[in-house]
Amino acid sequence: MSRRTLLIALPLIAALIWIVAFPNVAVIAGSLDGGGMHWVEFMRSPSDREALWTSLWISVASVIASTAIGLPLAFLLQRAEFPGRKVLSAVATLPAALPPLVGVIAFLFLYGESGAITRTVQSLLHLDAAPWALSGPWAIVFVHAYTMYVYVYLFVSAALENYDTSLDDAARGLGHGPIRRFMRITLPLLTPALAGGALLVFMSSLGSFSAPYVFGGGLRVLSTQIINSKLNDAMGVAFVETAVLALSAVAGLLLLRWLEGRRQYTITSKGRAIRTPIRSRGVKLFAIVLSTLVVTILVLPHGMVLLTAFAVDGAWTTQVLPPEYTLDNFRRLLTDPQLLPPIRNTVVMAFIATAANVVVGFVIGYLTVLRKFSGRKLLEILAVLPWTIPPTAIAIGLASTFDSFDPWHGKVLLVGTFWILPLAYFIRGLPLVTSAVQSSLRQMEPSVEDAARGLGASWWLTMKRVVIPAAKPGLIAGAVLAAITAIGEFVATVLLFTLSNRTISVEVLQQLRSQAFGTASAYSVLLILMTFILTLTARWLQGRSEPMIVQ
Amino acid sequence: MGFGDSQQQQAVVTAQDTSSPAALTLDRVTRRFAGQLAVDALSLEINAGELLALVGASGSGKTTTLRMVAGYEAPDAGAIRLDGRDITSLPPEKRGFGMVFQHYALFPHLSVQDNVAFGLEARGVGTSERRKRALQALDNVGLGPKAARQVQALSGGEQQRVAMARAMVIQPRVLLLDEPLSNLDPTLREEMRTELRATLQRAAVTALFVTHDQEDAFAIADRVALLQDGRLLQHGTPEQLYDRPASRAVAEFIGRAALVPADDRGTHARITLGGVSQDAAVTRVGGEAMLPNALAVLRPEALDITQDDSGWPGRVTARRFAGAVMAYSVDVGGVSLEILTSSRSGAVGDAVRVMLQRDPVALVSA
Repeated sequence: MSRRTLLIALPLIAALIWIVAFPNVAVIAGSLDGGGMHWVEFMRSPSDREALWTSLWISVASVIASTAIGLPLAFLLQRAEFPGRKVLSAVATLPAALPPLVGVIAFLFLYGESGAITRTVQSLLHLDAAPWALSGPWAIVFVHAYTMYVYVYLFVSAALENYDTSLDDAARGLGHGPIRRFMRITLPLLTPALAGGALLVFMSSLGSFSAPYVFGGGLRVLSTQIINSKLNDAMGVAFVETAVLALSAVAGLLLLRWLEGRRQYTITSKGRAIRTPIRSRGVKLFAIVLSTLVVTILVLPHGMVLLTAFAVDGAWTTQVLPPEYTLDNFRRLLTDPQLLPPIRNTVVMAFIATAANVVVGFVIGYLTVLRKFSGRKLLEILAVLPWTIPPTAIAIGLASTFDSFDPWHGKVLLVGTFWILPLAYFIRGLPLVTSAVQSSLRQMEPSVEDAARGLGASWWLTMKRVVIPAAKPGLIAGAVLAAITAIGEFVATVLLFTLSNRTISVEVLQQLRSQAFGTASAYSVLLILMTFILTLTARWLQGRSEPMIVQ
Repeated sequence: MGFGDSQQQQAVVTAQDTSSPAALTLDRVTRRFAGQLAVDALSLEINAGELLALVGASGSGKTTTLRMVAGYEAPDAGAIRLDGRDITSLPPEKRGFGMVFQHYALFPHLSVQDNVAFGLEARGVGTSERRKRALQALDNVGLGPKAARQVQALSGGEQQRVAMARAMVIQPRVLLLDEPLSNLDPTLREEMRTELRATLQRAAVTALFVTHDQEDAFAIADRVALLQDGRLLQHGTPEQLYDRPASRAVAEFIGRAALVPADDRGTHARITLGGVSQDAAVTRVGGEAMLPNALAVLRPEALDITQDDSGWPGRVTARRFAGAVMAYSVDVGGVSLEILTSSRSGAVGDAVRVMLQRDPVALVSA
């Protein structure tokens, strides 16, 4: 345990306790204010009980729906060869690239009461009214399934890539048919991957705000209840609701982690992953039609937002598609003094948060992987803690901790200032960068650092030539993920923004409320574009980075 | 489980009815990958109860052949027959064969005993009977006490034996083994060779096993088939392949040998090295016709070091102590000969004579 390590680690631990752990304590303490009467209030309130129950079952239904899409899709794309496979696998992860609120408005424009698809079906069937209403719990599950199946798909795909197919061959040779092989061998071995994917879906659904907010139709879920309570200044109840939401998330996390751990096996050998070509003509045709349909469904939301971005505000009423188009929306975004600040705010705040994430995430990754000191575990837990807490809960915690200047109680005034949002984004991005850096550094043989020092390299030279290059792939990946999360952030933003630091997401909602669909979409296109540029930058940087040091 | 499964169990049970060892025939079996011939019109007979080793370098098509016999790959042409019945298009789950995979393919989420019992489950054997027979099979390979363990807690050698027990407990009509010893360390490997041959002989099962290691093949198999580039070069007993190679390729692959030009004179050949000639009785595979460009296959143990003037003159270039014998490399007129002998007299740099000790010498065409 060197003195330098402690000199860096101790202040870092203290700072993280202050901004990550303390707000949660404040929420719990706040919920207990008045001797638990808020808890009694929560439990007596039918609307709160309904919200808890609805939040839970919508999350479970989202997990089931996402698995129902993601699991077969992963099998299809990993195990079968058919015309259109490459296109399908190229767009399979597209929904994850939509910022949360943008996905929601795309669905509104497509499947909402006056959405393009809804109107098309209506006119084809000569109906008087919309064939469906995109409202209520199933609408939320529908939107969740579209955006979140990607998690299940990615986890299962990765597992299938490392799956030893000779296990299936062995079961087959021993006389077992396809159903039994899947149930007895494949599925049990995919359990950890499925649990990992399901966990992400569950956590995201539980914390999801924009889908229930836009499509809920009066439905109560915990995340919307929290905002209502806060707007009504019923902070005691808001604290209880926040605590319940966070506890549900932690319970879900523990349950799925337990499932994941109980079924963790190392598959020793890597089997040959062979894609079986589909030979029958009929099946081939079916595959082509089906993948065309799926590709269309996956690309439609992006396409719709892009199209609407050129629509004249207020002109699209009952037509299938917007009737008039213009370039004016984009021109106004970049010139109108009212419309430009949200863009600048989004970029500046995301940049500040990500830059801080990169520095702090790297230091934490370095300390927790390559240094030994007491408190190492605590530092790691503090860094990944925000991942287990729904963003609404993070925002409520920050709102109640940094609402006044009271240094004796660990409080400084940030609410109502510019800095509260970069802080929220920093906290949300911290687990992403830290864990990415950790996994990169874990691939580095620890003795490499010692070897560099042994060859006479200074501490700084060792950092520059050995440690930072080893951490670089993780740093880039983590930073891009954090930046994408920050620019599209909506849940915490809507609770904490002020007029002077409002972001694109907030503005999209404002424009939507005033029926300015064109302007809202133009903003959304800008968000998608930023996400796209960030992803490309990451690829470019990864491609340029020096070969990694692997044992 | 669905209707399909019970139907399939029936099929497996019928395939099992005649549990005596079966004869396997490969008839001009051909397989292409992306236009490349992986297996080229391969014909082989494996008699009932015989142990045949398929030997070849990597890429020779031996694993593809094994996978076709097992049913995991379909041949592009040719037929595979079991006791005369065409099974070419029968799926693996209906062949009733046992297979030991190269990396064993043990199910990591099942216990040792459940791994072994898994094939019996497909045959509709009841739970208690299944457990009993699996335990019996594990006892046979000395792993009874470890039945309840997780497979990952076993050593490599133990995993190999579980894989054997799993394949044998279903009383397979044919047992297929894919490089079964390649994952074991050298000492264990020697031990397992003897054990494997004993087990297979006791079970009197028809077995086809694939290896790149000729010592494994020689130690275990009754007959050996040598493959190169998807084609069968030669098959026969280990002695036949070693003493009477059919071609230069076989002589180069099997055992160690120096191939030196020889003057084929019918019943004997004259081999001239360093200006000195020695005559030796010869064998040729494929008739009595003399070979115009003959090469003599000189095995290290057929040569000895002497001071006798009738031997080929050479100089010792290397000397390696190998326990029971001494291994010398001797340069004779630019040709390097390897010699295994009990004599320890030569030192590096010594001028020596090399005598041909043993005939007949195999002749192959250059």
